Amino acid sequence: MKQYQSQLALIIALAVSLGVSLCSSSIDDYYLDIMLNVGINVLLAVSLNLVNGHTGQFSLGHAAFMAVGAYGSSIVTLEMGAAMIHVFGGHGWFAEGLTFLIALSIGGLCAAICGWMVGVPSLRLRGDYLAIVTLGFNEIIRVVLQNTSGDGPFGGALGLKGIEPYTNFFWVFATAAIAIYTISALVNSTYGRGFLAVRDDEIAGESMGVNTVRYKVIAFVTGSFFAGLAGGLYAHLRTTISPEGFNFLKSVDVVVMVILGGMGSTVGVILAAVVLTVLNEFLRDFEQYRMIVFSLLLIVMMIVRPQGLLPATVFQRRKQA
Amino acid sequence: MLEIENLEVSYGSIKALHGVSLKVPQGSIVTLIGANGAGKSTTLRAISGLIKSRSGKVKYDGEDITNLPAHKIVAKGLCHVPEGRMVFANLTVEENLRMGAYLRNDKAGVAEDLEFSFQMFPRLKERIYQAAGTMSGGEQQMLAIARAIMSKPRCLMLDEPSLGIAPMLVRSIFEQIVAINKERGITILLVEQNANLALAISKHGYVLETGNVLLEDTSEALRKNPQVREAYLGG
Repeated sequence: MKQYQSQLALIIALAVSLGVSLCSSSIDDYYLDIMLNVGINVLLAVSLNLVNGHTGQFSLGHAAFMAVGAYGSSIVTLEMGAAMIHVFGGHGWFAEGLTFLIALSIGGLCAAICGWMVGVPSLRLRGDYLAIVTLGFNEIIRVVLQNTSGDGPFGGALGLKGIEPYTNFFWVFATAAIAIYTISALVNSTYGRGFLAVRDDEIAGESMGVNTVRYKVIAFVTGSFFAGLAGGLYAHLRTTISPEGFNFLKSVDVVVMVILGGMGSTVGVILAAVVLTVLNEFLRDFEQYRMIVFSLLLIVMMIVRPQGLLPATVFQRRKQA
Repeated sequence: MLEIENLEVSYGSIKALHGVSLKVPQGSIVTLIGANGAGKSTTLRAISGLIKSRSGKVKYDGEDITNLPAHKIVAKGLCHVPEGRMVFANLTVEENLRMGAYLRNDKAGVAEDLEFSFQMFPRLKERIYQAAGTMSGGEQQMLAIARAIMSKPRCLMLDEPSLGIAPMLVRSIFEQIVAINKERGITILLVEQNANLALAISKHGYVLETGNVLLEDTSEALRKNPQVREAYLGG
């Protein structure tokens, strides 16, 4: 029974998110919006945690993959959405859901392909250098999107608007649950020990027969894929997106969640994503000081609890007993 | 079993090895001694694929493995225990050992070798659930060697197993190295600064100096060689 525990948890999570989604009209819009934000941020944080936490690389470009996913899926629904819904049998939850699923997947795949293209050459770099390359990629994506033609499919500096609001409670939390399940299953498998080996000591890993470059690329591509899904969900929640929304600060937000939660600890990172998103709402009145508060929070954390809120070791020693 | 011909390695524009040739016969212990910067570690790293060589050949069991990626060389049964121990600090002792068996699929064999590792180094069994990074240097070295054994190598390359370890532990680690060679029939290429000890347990030795093989002989003869005594054995 024990081996099916995580599958069972996944099915329960999916069922609960569907249930809540069906009665979401009775939830206050403001709170529902915060919850959806929480879900998207959890998805972003958990996917970045695979790269920065479990595999020990330092990516600073998560928002770029989110942007690729957001634009990819929005272009699909904007340009082809009507035709697809028609093909799938006209308006209704089924046709719209299927259209959204296809759009999201295409967005995620585009992000994964970008992750692969950036990852293969740059993952030979270590530490700070990888951070610089990913930061650069983040800026490239933003600047390129900004300079596209305003009449073209990318909408230039103004971005895209009029995206269908397909995102609801079910989509967000089902995707987050699948991401958490996939990434945990990946990391806790025999195969997944390779990720931890890369993080702990690349040379020792290599000399134990671990193909370190391949692991880094897998982590990067998987992380990018889920970031792309998060982007697609975000776009279909806000219904407008612009290049500015995916700037460097957005990437930093996600990195802060991972560091605050405890690198490599899925539970910790989820907790941090929830806390920071909710905190953000409370700080809305002090919008311009938000980053100051975040930085202070990080500095205090580094001094008081450098291992994060819920460090990975707490859960890793499970086999002890 | 392991044959190196004219191996040349450069770090940028600086040449570290100027054509090193050596032979490690099956079932033997061969020692590589030399001062700091002589190219001992570089030789091992080039053999195991951690760095690329510029020219020359590495043959293992008659097969050319020059510049294959490191993980493919391990799969062929040639395992390198890098200098400075390099255990996975955040994993437990057991997880480290299982990491060593990363490329193996035979569960029963892995369990057997795990038992053998604990027999070899009982200290590791006492600390089975401890994070490897919290152990002493000597214990980490034991773990690094045991982890290499877990990959079921036919040939093992050890880089400075005595580095920074209490003398008491050095002796027991060297006894185990001999046991690994005798009982399991694993061929060993040993790099050591502690030339006395290394020459005592090996059959054959090479003396490396600034990237060249200066001398090669039986360990017995090297120990008596006045030049070697002067430079490496403290007179």
